[in-house]
Amino acid sequence: MEIPYTVEQRPDTGLANGKLGIWLFLASEVMLFGALFSTYILLRVGALEWPHGELSVRLGAINTVILICSSVTMVVAWAKLKLNDFAKGRLYVLVTVVLAAVFLVNKYFEYAEHLGKGEGPWHSTFFAIYFTLTGLHGLHIVGGIVVMLYLAGPGAGLWKKNPEQYANRVEYTGLYWHFVDLVWIFLFPVLYLL
Amino acid sequence: MHSDPEAIKKSIRSYGIVGGLLLVFTAITVAANQVHLAVPVAITVALIIATMKGSMVASIFMHLSNEKRWIYGALLLTVVFFVVLLFLPLATVSDTIGTPIGR
Repeated sequence: MEIPYTVEQRPDTGLANGKLGIWLFLASEVMLFGALFSTYILLRVGALEWPHGELSVRLGAINTVILICSSVTMVVAWAKLKLNDFAKGRLYVLVTVVLAAVFLVNKYFEYAEHLGKGEGPWHSTFFAIYFTLTGLHGLHIVGGIVVMLYLAGPGAGLWKKNPEQYANRVEYTGLYWHFVDLVWIFLFPVLYLL
Repeated sequence: MHSDPEAIKKSIRSYGIVGGLLLVFTAITVAANQVHLAVPVAITVALIIATMKGSMVASIFMHLSNEKRWIYGALLLTVVFFVVLLFLPLATVSDTIGTPIGR
């Protein structure tokens, strides 16, 4: 059975179903991270003292650069597919995966350093909120890697059957990926600099 | 969003430019942090730059500058609930239930 409106736009919304679906999912993600940011503000405003300079600004800035570059490669991957260049489209998806993996390796070193000094989530309110926010964000990075590997690997067969639907899947994954980048854009100053 | 090949080629160039600008803004954020401004000023500067960067990602990379009204509607609702969520904890501060009158 063919699923309707995977490529063509619905007459009522003017959108393919997947596009509206991913945006509604991202809306729920805004609420998820919003609840945690709200918690952070409440805890910080209520604290008598707040630690400063506990995290490596250098590592945080490097990870910001990595995520920005990965956002560019992801959107270029979609553009290449729209230009019917499957090889380059897939290559850019794979470059995005590599950048995401480098982000996680950096995060591993950062976590290992803090945990080695006994600065786990139990150490203080600051580290509790740091590990919660960055841990949840890291899980989103892992989720993105899994989907992108599927698109570049077993899911790439769809390009031969329905290239437009494949390009749409890359676009929706890209929307998710840019959201993950957007969350980090706020996490970096909030946790590392302020 | 475009489907014309020439327009897509142009947008690839704009993605590169926006990516470069985001890197510049990141450098400015880190540099501003080295200046050791007063905490309220530092928070304001960092959040203004982060908001500018976020707007660029949303409008250019996520194509929000040229989307359908259903998506704008969904996002508007999200913004309303997000703002409520941010200010909801304030209700606990102004909650006087159980506090003796006159205190």
